[in-house]
Amino acid sequence: MLNLDQYSCLGAALRDALDRWPNEVCLIESDRNREKIRLTYSDFKETAKPLSRALQDADLKAGDRAAIIMTNQSKWLISAYSIFHIGGVVVPIDYKLTATEQLQLLAHSHAKFLVVEYHLWRAITRAPEFSSHQLKTVLVTEAPLGAELAGAFRWEEFRRKGEPEFIPRRRDDIACIVYSSGTGGRPKGCVLTHENYLEQCKSLTAWYPFQPGVRYLSILPTNHAIDFMVGFIGPLVCGACVVHLRTLRPEFVRDAFVRYKITYVSLVPMVLKNLERGLKAKFQELSPVKRFFLDRMIALNRVLVRRRPNLQRSRKLLRQVHEGFGGELLAMFTGGAFMEPSTLQFFYDLGIPVANGYGLTEAGTSLTLNDFRPFRADTVGRPLPGVELRILSPDAEGIGEVSAHSKTIMAYYLDDPELTAETIVDGWLLTGDLGRFDTAGHLQLFGRKKNMIVTEGGKNIYPEDIETVFDGLAVKEYCVFAANYIWPDKQLGHETLVLVLRMDQNQEFNEPLKNEIVFRNRKLPDFKRVGGYVIWGEDFPRTASMKIKRVLLAEEIGKHLERATAVVDL
Amino acid sequence: MQMTTTDKTLDEILTLAATHFKVPRQRLTPDDDFFKTLGIDSLQALDLLTKLENHFRIELPDYELQGVSDFRTLASRIQARL
Repeated sequence: MLNLDQYSCLGAALRDALDRWPNEVCLIESDRNREKIRLTYSDFKETAKPLSRALQDADLKAGDRAAIIMTNQSKWLISAYSIFHIGGVVVPIDYKLTATEQLQLLAHSHAKFLVVEYHLWRAITRAPEFSSHQLKTVLVTEAPLGAELAGAFRWEEFRRKGEPEFIPRRRDDIACIVYSSGTGGRPKGCVLTHENYLEQCKSLTAWYPFQPGVRYLSILPTNHAIDFMVGFIGPLVCGACVVHLRTLRPEFVRDAFVRYKITYVSLVPMVLKNLERGLKAKFQELSPVKRFFLDRMIALNRVLVRRRPNLQRSRKLLRQVHEGFGGELLAMFTGGAFMEPSTLQFFYDLGIPVANGYGLTEAGTSLTLNDFRPFRADTVGRPLPGVELRILSPDAEGIGEVSAHSKTIMAYYLDDPELTAETIVDGWLLTGDLGRFDTAGHLQLFGRKKNMIVTEGGKNIYPEDIETVFDGLAVKEYCVFAANYIWPDKQLGHETLVLVLRMDQNQEFNEPLKNEIVFRNRKLPDFKRVGGYVIWGEDFPRTASMKIKRVLLAEEIGKHLERATAVVDL
Repeated sequence: MQMTTTDKTLDEILTLAATHFKVPRQRLTPDDDFFKTLGIDSLQALDLLTKLENHFRIELPDYELQGVSDFRTLASRIQARL
């Protein structure tokens, strides 16, 4: 790989990578069983060059912000490269947000440029907030012939001849603004520098090296910190190949492992569980004799890999299972949400290492990762090279808030010095997660100090972001909490949001009210919905400016109500 | 009374979902939140989409399911491509 210490910015490192491995395959894009795109590093460069030049001619200058709202595909990476090349700042925005939410983040980030897929752009142009957008240039990919583009340009035609001028950036210049949450009240735009990414890339590839021939399957959204690093920056600065799928149907994902002989993949717990379910169903279909032998092979493999993975032997012992994953898989990465140890153990027993890690957008990508020395299903691994972790105010069991110090920690929250000062104290990031180190130096997580949940799909959901959907609900007052915030639970998983209702005097909770809550709840994307409601008998404590004192309210509810009886499922 | 085309599509979707996820057909109604009624996650919903594609002989991009959680809306998306 490139020596990243020599570089001051992502643009320079990526530019040199394209020259260093001109004939290696860089990107493959497949839709179902049809391979649509295959680009070498040289092809990538030739595709990006006229786009960079056209963006430069459209007056994208150093430090200007350009947002990308796209599903995983080659044009995402080509666009980001083109922006970095001319000194721009990339603002990756989640394509699964609603158009209104996307417009909020576009406004908050002060993005003047946008690269977006046609179906997403169509939704954005129909949102009520569209009329007040501040975008200067919009590039739309894959728009059908004759489509109304509302002033946007076609990405495929947005080309200019001539060499774009490369604009170098300093290590402490902004590379990206990544939103960790906050489409409701308070957007959390994590400002990440070129140094953050270069250092993160160094530390991750020190443990899990990429090189020419390695194929990474990009499934997590590229706007997500993990895929941005291991599905874009990491592979490209090492000469590896990224495989994109235009559909995430489980059957096509499984096919892709085999067809492209995938080396690494990152998955959220939901996908990993889906794979586990599929494998177990196949095992169930085996004849009793075959099942008997499979179980013996798995038991034998478990002994062989007790201390560390032994891929050669595992592939021989459990040949068919490994062939189902393409036969060249080195590891799967997971993190960002709670992963059940039994699922990790299931794959490890089959000889397929799943490296469980822990990170947050504010910390770049990852703070800890399992290094399989030895494999531990019950931890999120050890701190990566260059990462220092501390447990603040540990209790009698050694559990306290995890804080982190590293060159990968974001610079600040965009336009929010107050929140920045609360979150980064003396150079240490306060993660809001509760954990402790075991005697082997592995980090174990035990819950959250903060009022939020992380879904099985790896999404951070903050109650404040969804409360507006219940605006005007016919009750005296309401508030949304993470259930584990009200009733602290020293474990992760099964996280849910609850709607706390304070009824008017003499008002009773009735069917029409329930139907109204269900109706409004369903306006939210499925991963953002509240799971239940709680009736609270007191007025909410409020500040002089009438803001709800959430901490106090959560404490009061937790003190007086039992979770098991208070939360009614919706 | 004769079913309209959309009603027919909707009915076929409900029958297919009931068969695929092994739930009684009569338990499913057009406005059900299928994530909740079927107890499925978004990946299993994508699986259902594949079954529907094969049944109706159409191709539906994943994004057609984005923001959709009830059978009626799903039927209208499919109907638009028939």
